[in-house]
Amino acid sequence: MKQQELIPHLFRTEFRKITAVLCRHFGIAHIEIAEDIASDTFLSAMETWPYKGLPENPVAWLYSVAKNKAKNYLNRHRIFTENILEEINSQIPKAEDTEIDLSEKNITDSQLQMLFALCHPSLSTEAQISLSLRILCGFGIDEIADAFLTNKETINKRLFRAKEKLRTEKVLIEFPSETEINKRLETVLTTLYLLFNEGYYSESKDVVLRNELCLEAMRLAYLLTDNPQTNQPAVNALLALMCFHASRFEARKDENGEMILYEDQDETLWNQELITKGMYYFREASQGNIISKYHLEAGIAFWYTNKTNTKQKWENILQLYNKLLQMQYSPIAALNRTYALSKTNGKTVAIIEAEKLNLKDNHFYFTLLGELYTDINIEKAKINFQKAFLIAKTQTDKNIIQRKIDKLI
Amino acid sequence: MEEYMLIFRHEDGQKVASPEQIQIWMKQTMDWIGGIAAQNKFVSGTGLPFEDSRVVRYNNVVTNGPFGDIKETIGGYIIVKASSVDEAVEFAKGSPVLQGDGNSVEVRKISRETGVQ
Repeated sequence: MKQQELIPHLFRTEFRKITAVLCRHFGIAHIEIAEDIASDTFLSAMETWPYKGLPENPVAWLYSVAKNKAKNYLNRHRIFTENILEEINSQIPKAEDTEIDLSEKNITDSQLQMLFALCHPSLSTEAQISLSLRILCGFGIDEIADAFLTNKETINKRLFRAKEKLRTEKVLIEFPSETEINKRLETVLTTLYLLFNEGYYSESKDVVLRNELCLEAMRLAYLLTDNPQTNQPAVNALLALMCFHASRFEARKDENGEMILYEDQDETLWNQELITKGMYYFREASQGNIISKYHLEAGIAFWYTNKTNTKQKWENILQLYNKLLQMQYSPIAALNRTYALSKTNGKTVAIIEAEKLNLKDNHFYFTLLGELYTDINIEKAKINFQKAFLIAKTQTDKNIIQRKIDKLI
Repeated sequence: MEEYMLIFRHEDGQKVASPEQIQIWMKQTMDWIGGIAAQNKFVSGTGLPFEDSRVVRYNNVVTNGPFGDIKETIGGYIIVKASSVDEAVEFAKGSPVLQGDGNSVEVRKISRETGVQ
């Protein structure tokens, strides 16, 4: 790897590790110090490496520089507290006994504990995701703003408030107790699920960013399966779901970054390795008798990795959606269920059901009705597609709908 | 939005139908409930299996249930959200249970504590 590619790459992989470890060392109240030291470490690399040449082991170099910077910081802090704030009994350990532990195990533990800290129930979901992207995925403010389709100031404010909240709530970076893990794990899984969706359904034009969001969510889910305390069926089900979805990455966009619909995808581009991995985690998820919504969604995603148009496939998908909707309603699930119903029970039945859904501000709803009326009543098909076109928000969606209208005539 | 319980009354299906027929009813029931859930009107519900059921009577007399004497007994229920009893009745009309002669779906409003503030 060339030097100019190496630093961004290392930033992606190492920034979060250094931040997580330092943050645990300093306590979450000093989250900025951890971030500053990690950033400073990379700044040093950018200043030194081009002139002095690459160190033999760049990662080890980063770790030792980060350690030294942390020690210096603590040392300065100690002098400050001892000389100026003598009366205060300092909790900060003496610099000599400071051992910053950047072993693989401590890095993994720190990241997991950090994940649980960032998913503290006192934070809003958006704040949880933004903080996770910043601290655990090493995303820049610009990238986070782009992922949320908002501006830098909003993200900066959000991050600032979230950090304040962690400070005032005195959130600890540690593994919660077993009962607390089970309670908090649900929030952690929601965060990872949303993080993945942020990448998978994001309207951002940046394809690379989109894929990275998904990969980061998968990496964190993988960390959870790798730890005996958190290796639970729902976690495996979520990871299986992510693998199945991610297997279609390459096939979902054309060269202009435009969406290719499922039916038109080139299945030779589907990643078989990810499908196999997904099946592995899905089997792991089937131990025990708990069925989470991730199990049902993974089951649906599994059937979508098989492009054959058999009745059995659609029957299975329909029943999974039937169960999923009973567990948790969502308009998208309701629409997808109705589509599956049209495949098993015919379009006429599906139209009756679709008209009951009453999702009049959702362009997917009218697109579905347009699809169902195609071949049955071309006029009604057209009217529905036109309604969909009017309320579609993005140009990509409008283009897809326009192509459907053009095909009708 | 009120909540209504739809109570299915029918004979033990296993006594009157083949496993294949029961399979078909199951699918119809799942699709019917799925259709209600797709409108965000499903609250909860379950089947009440006939095996391992008992009736406890006056003086703690326990019997295997009244299914020998009565054609219609409770085989399950679901709770739905509806704006009126009429809407709940429309949901009930779609129940596959009604394909059986003599079967019925009872629609009952769930009473809610209004509470005094």
